[in-house]
Amino acid sequence: MQVTKWMAAGVAALMSVSALAADPLKIGFVYVGPVSDGGWTYEHNVGRLAVEEAYGDKVETTFVESVSEGPDSERVITQLAQSHDMVFTTSFGFMNPTVKVAKRFPNVKFEHATGFKRADNVATYGSRFYEGRAVIGTVAGEMTKTNIIGYIASFPIPEVVRGINAAYLAAKQVNPDVKMKIVWVNTWFDPGKEGDAAKALIDQGADVLMQHTDSGAPMQIAEQQGIYAFGQASDMKTFGPNAQLTGIIDDWAPYYVQQVGKALDGTWSNTDTWGGFNTGMVALAPFGDAVPAELQARALEIRDNIANGNLHPFTGPINKQDGSPWLADGEVADDGTLLGMNFYVEGIDGSLPQ
Amino acid sequence: MIVLEPWETRRAWLDWASPLIAIALTLVGGGLMFWVLGQSPLEALRIFFIQPLTSVYGVSELLLKATPLILIGIGLSLGFRAGVWNIGAEGQLVMGGVTAGAVALALYEVESIWVIPAMMLAGIAGGMLWGAIPALLKTRFNTNEILSSLMLTYVAGLFLSLMVHGPLKDPDGYNFPESRLFHDAALMPTLFEQGRAHIGFVMALIIAPVAAFLLSRHVLGFQLRVQGVAPNAARFAGFSSKRLVWLSFLLGGALAGLAGMMEVSGSVGQLVPIISPGYGFTAIIVAFLGRLNPLGVVPAGLLMALSYMGGEAAQIELGLPNAVTGVFQGMLLFFLLSTAVISDYRIRWRARV
Repeated sequence: MQVTKWMAAGVAALMSVSALAADPLKIGFVYVGPVSDGGWTYEHNVGRLAVEEAYGDKVETTFVESVSEGPDSERVITQLAQSHDMVFTTSFGFMNPTVKVAKRFPNVKFEHATGFKRADNVATYGSRFYEGRAVIGTVAGEMTKTNIIGYIASFPIPEVVRGINAAYLAAKQVNPDVKMKIVWVNTWFDPGKEGDAAKALIDQGADVLMQHTDSGAPMQIAEQQGIYAFGQASDMKTFGPNAQLTGIIDDWAPYYVQQVGKALDGTWSNTDTWGGFNTGMVALAPFGDAVPAELQARALEIRDNIANGNLHPFTGPINKQDGSPWLADGEVADDGTLLGMNFYVEGIDGSLPQ
Repeated sequence: MIVLEPWETRRAWLDWASPLIAIALTLVGGGLMFWVLGQSPLEALRIFFIQPLTSVYGVSELLLKATPLILIGIGLSLGFRAGVWNIGAEGQLVMGGVTAGAVALALYEVESIWVIPAMMLAGIAGGMLWGAIPALLKTRFNTNEILSSLMLTYVAGLFLSLMVHGPLKDPDGYNFPESRLFHDAALMPTLFEQGRAHIGFVMALIIAPVAAFLLSRHVLGFQLRVQGVAPNAARFAGFSSKRLVWLSFLLGGALAGLAGMMEVSGSVGQLVPIISPGYGFTAIIVAFLGRLNPLGVVPAGLLMALSYMGGEAAQIELGLPNAVTGVFQGMLLFFLLSTAVISDYRIRWRARV
């Protein structure tokens, strides 16, 4: 009797000691694409590596790549939740599975990118990419000679629609004749489809390409055809050394380091973060040689004005596509409307897939 | 020179042995691959093939993943036996998912045990309808069914996308392309506390012997087999090849549509733009791994499901890239096709003449 008691006490003591010797915080990441995509997933992985860098052996990270947004994601998230303390799910389509799994693992902290559903142990985060769109829209409007900007879009969700509108409004401001041609590819990552879309847009006269998809294929096509394009999510200069004018970089590292820090010191909560240029979560890639110095300076000025709050990319007067007024002169869009944006602004041709 | 000669008398045991040999060769090849990647081969194989089976949750998820593979594999093996190449089961699955999902949403918050059967019928009908198109094109215009069924897969994917962006979109979902979450009566009853395995797996276990019986004992099965092995003999015997094309596509479509219903109702619980990670295509490998025998398809489906889960485990535990799953499945198919040659032909050396 006594002996078993001692043994039990010993085991308990051993266990608490090993817990004190700080089991590292185990963090899992679920990626929608391969880490080698050179875009969206690549940058999330850079963020993961920054967490390892920042906290050393206090953390241990794992990732699962190319997880389909369908039924498999729930299992992958569950498996990570079983053996990890914190799980980042880095694509919109993981939203419902994340919330479902979070309910079963109340002690695991979940972070879901770009979604809108939170729970006690589910935080959400996203970036104001539209701020970057306003800058590249300006550059595109100035650089295009055919006055046609090609836009490769993924899914007609608010985030993507917002980017199209922001880019168009900025381009229109510097070039009233500009037109935007949009191709919907219904995928986040499919180099073949994205490349085909790029070719189709070039055939229609586009000489500057933008994309809201994750692969470097459109940039490669732009390089081959001698036209310009913008990097998406990451610096894509390797795909198009001459073609890349600049790019919108998603820098998740500051956010990931901050949130893991909060988890380590116990101050984590289910926050909703929507950061832009001001937080460093959105950044610009270095300008290509083709961009004149004067334009570079103007683009940086726009970036700085957005960062310090002097400029909002959605400032009235702006009408919706059908001509009905949206924002009055000087009025600034509120976040609620932006988060649910499901309409084109006036001047964009074509209809939004509904 | 090496000569391939058909066996004069078929070696029945080779029919069963060849997939097992292929699996063994895949294990050896996989072990080699892990070794080259700097992992202990035995440990890696353990994580890949055994670890997923060590918890109730893992087994449950395995059954969940195997269910659509087995159902579709059964349907395909019937058609493939008759030489009807339905490559579009993926599209039939998607259409079944859409129709079943539409029924679930139309009956939103209707609490009745009949919701699930209604969804099943809708899923079967959707899959059959989509399978009927290549069948019609084949029988009326002699269109190549490989191409037409394959291309219709992409049409089905776009149709699903249209639906979740439009009529079936969640009214409270901020325009995101998803339907509402189904209510409880529209979710498949599960088998265990943990995981999502549902009664669909039991149904697959019932359907497999029925299909095997159809194929080996029923006159329709006989016609299917003759049509595949000797189309001229089938014609001479007065079997309607058109009827067999229709039968193959309707059965294949029905089972794929049922699998689609189970995916939306059992695995996902709503309609989303992607409801299948390619089950319709993987089931082609499953059908051949099961030697086009509905009973063989059951273990084949389980093995293939295991290879997916093993790939996930290998990423989590060993930090290996997701590509190992694809390499494993590719190796399996490769060895399978090569050992099939050995079971159908005998290899002999012969001096040049």
